[in-house]
Amino acid sequence: MRKVKVIKIDVDKCNGCRACEAMCSAVHSSPIYSGTNPEKSRVRVTFDPANNLYMPVLAGEYTPAECAGRYTYTLKEKKYPECAFCRASCPSRDLFVDPDSGLPLKCDMCEEAELAEPACVTVCVNDALTYEEREDEGKPAEIWGELQVGLDSLIKKYGVKAVEETITTLASDLGDRDHENEVKAVEETVITLASD
Amino acid sequence: MRYSETGYNLEVDLSRGNIERVETDPKATELHLGGLGTNAKILWDRISPEVEPFSPENLLIFGTGLLTGTFAPGANRTIVSSISPQTQLMAFSMMGGFWAPELKFAGYDKVVIRGKSPNLVYLWINDDKVEIRDASHLQGKGAFEAQELIKEELRDAKIQVLSIGLAGENRVYFASIEHGKSSASRLGIAAVMGDKNLKAVAVRGRKDINIAQPEEFNKLCDEVWENIKVRLKNPVRGQIPILESIGAPQEMAIRDEQWHTSNFSWGNARTRRRDYWTKEVEGKWKETQDKSVERLVSCYNCPLQCGGSIYYPGIGRYMMKCYTKLTYAMGAFSDLDFGLRIAQRAQEYGVDGYTAPQVMAFAVELYEAGILTDQDLPEFPGNNEERFFYLLDKIVRREGIGDVLADGVYWAARKIGKGAEEYDHNTIKKHEQIPIKLGMLNPMYYIMWSTGEKVNITQIEGQIPQAPFPSEELKEEFIKDWVQIPTGKEEKFKQFIREWGEGDNVFPYYPPIDLICDLVDWQETMHYIDDATGICAGFSSFPLKPPYHIHNLPRLISTATGIDMNEDKLWEAAWRNRNLIRAINVRRGLRRNDDKPPEDHWKRRYPEYEAKVLDEYYKFRGWNNDGIPTKETLEQLGLSDVSQELEERGVYKSGGKQKTETG
Repeated sequence: MRKVKVIKIDVDKCNGCRACEAMCSAVHSSPIYSGTNPEKSRVRVTFDPANNLYMPVLAGEYTPAECAGRYTYTLKEKKYPECAFCRASCPSRDLFVDPDSGLPLKCDMCEEAELAEPACVTVCVNDALTYEEREDEGKPAEIWGELQVGLDSLIKKYGVKAVEETITTLASDLGDRDHENEVKAVEETVITLASD
Repeated sequence: MRYSETGYNLEVDLSRGNIERVETDPKATELHLGGLGTNAKILWDRISPEVEPFSPENLLIFGTGLLTGTFAPGANRTIVSSISPQTQLMAFSMMGGFWAPELKFAGYDKVVIRGKSPNLVYLWINDDKVEIRDASHLQGKGAFEAQELIKEELRDAKIQVLSIGLAGENRVYFASIEHGKSSASRLGIAAVMGDKNLKAVAVRGRKDINIAQPEEFNKLCDEVWENIKVRLKNPVRGQIPILESIGAPQEMAIRDEQWHTSNFSWGNARTRRRDYWTKEVEGKWKETQDKSVERLVSCYNCPLQCGGSIYYPGIGRYMMKCYTKLTYAMGAFSDLDFGLRIAQRAQEYGVDGYTAPQVMAFAVELYEAGILTDQDLPEFPGNNEERFFYLLDKIVRREGIGDVLADGVYWAARKIGKGAEEYDHNTIKKHEQIPIKLGMLNPMYYIMWSTGEKVNITQIEGQIPQAPFPSEELKEEFIKDWVQIPTGKEEKFKQFIREWGEGDNVFPYYPPIDLICDLVDWQETMHYIDDATGICAGFSSFPLKPPYHIHNLPRLISTATGIDMNEDKLWEAAWRNRNLIRAINVRRGLRRNDDKPPEDHWKRRYPEYEAKVLDEYYKFRGWNNDGIPTKETLEQLGLSDVSQELEERGVYKSGGKQKTETG
């Protein structure tokens, strides 16, 4: 049995305030709460007042290649823009890409920050975002933190060998004891990802 | 590193096409905080009183608040400042929405526009890349329409745009700057924008805003969030519906309009209709609202839903909030259905929802009195609804009599003559006011209507109930957790609530003058703080028992910015800004004679007592009897360069340059 965390999104209740974006980015800043920037949020609201469209989407998988073609959905006579429901960090768009590093962003249910419930849910007073936990069978999901998500995308792009070599070179250039632990964390993550 | 603010202004010269990114002085932040305060500093420093509003030297400043864009709830305000073509004094108008946070994410605290573009352009701010772009294809387009077109042409739905409509392009004195459901619409700032040939400013930002003391700031913000939730669950009992909760009056949510329709005046601020709100009317209005408001919407990082997305068959979709729901309906002696239909058109043209209906009602009155004739209004329709559409279309194009009316009631009345001045009975400092004419003088409001520099009562009032609580129980319920009261005034203000309404403790001679001064001071100061921090007055200076108040704001500012702030320093900064704005206006000729409400603002006036109250209030404010900040006051606030200039210009001499009635 495993615990599954679920964020329920009621699109009709969204009032477009984007408080979720403000707080998510604040929680994921380093140190925590030291900065805020909706571009770094793992939840983004598709915001189209002209069409009465307000739709939160949470960042999901990184994909190195975009889909061949696009889909648009019409629900209850409302036409949603292309890729509106897609959670991917995808080369076809800027969404869910860190503007500073260029690395993908992925929602981790605020696990890395060790919050009781995801910050976006806490701040959504109007319950467009609510939180549930359920149990089901299956092996526990591995929740990747920011370092894993970033390195994984670099590995997909350049290959494990290139990433390992680059880290080794950089580490030896640093040549100062204080960075040993940081380098170690990166190296260990690469090894874990490579074995997967 | 700068915290909470970006530390940079964008300086744009539209005459030369020059764009510069200029670092700001942190000292200015400490003294004036940001937003309105630092806007005023720029206007004081750079605009001499001889500069005309439509001169290229006039500045149009789009400011953000000091806390705007941080994750403090509701810290999202844009503060626009300039010199008003209508009043010839400093103009400032604010709006919510998403524009100011986006500007800060792009890395700028303000956009300062000077000069005039030879052709219609729009400004595109894309992080570090800033362009002046051709807007000839947007000429004449509606404000909202232009926003959508710009987002399409720049291919990013996340761009935030503010723009003027046809009214701004044609320099209508009550044109508005529109941004989604938000509107900066008072004092003719959009006319200045149109005069500069600037159609819109589009912005997209992808940078961080930094917080100085992250954990502490977050804890304070959490407390505000909690308090908002508590306050929403616990409306204030014993007062009118719109004062129960927080936020702007929740006009898109509430259906009960008895208070507004029976207390505010219909037409040209002319008629009270105490029996208007019948069950039948209530049913009809509810039906209209139910079928048209499809969703309640908010501003950046704010949980309140003050706005509505409206879909009207045959009209299309637009957004609205607040009192505009009623102003056209009441101005035309019509109903909600008419109001919602014309409001969409008015917003696309971009006009102030307070002023436009009054100007149109004024024109209708003049026509019915025979002062305006069929020659002035060719083919003028027979019914009010069609008359309003007719007038709106003419005004925004400055066509025929529209050209005269487009300057607002004060100037139009004087141009038209033939007794039209008599019908200008709801302007203060030449600027239209909300249409409310009550019976008995309210001395607190007398001071606020007269001396408020924003020339708009809703931007100075708040915190205090509008009438005594009807029972002991309700009074005690209100004061038992009234934590917002400034330090040292707790007993005084609580006693006021207890006593008000008992026996002789009624208007006009209650509250006593010293209490009037304290109460007005508190209300006004909190607004000045909000206008500098960029926090929405909706849960700060405007409602009863707000989540933001003088006891938590200083720490919020400290932990966000790293500036050492406490209650006294914050109160003083607001006081400094207020005096700086007063000085700007006094330098342009404002005097005591201008500080007055319309003659008929209350049926029962007490001129001698009013003069006494004003005398005392001026003294309390540290102003001389002509309403001018004294040298001592200015020196105390570190503004001795301001007092020096006022001295040099002869402002302190009685008989120095006066602003007369005819301007």
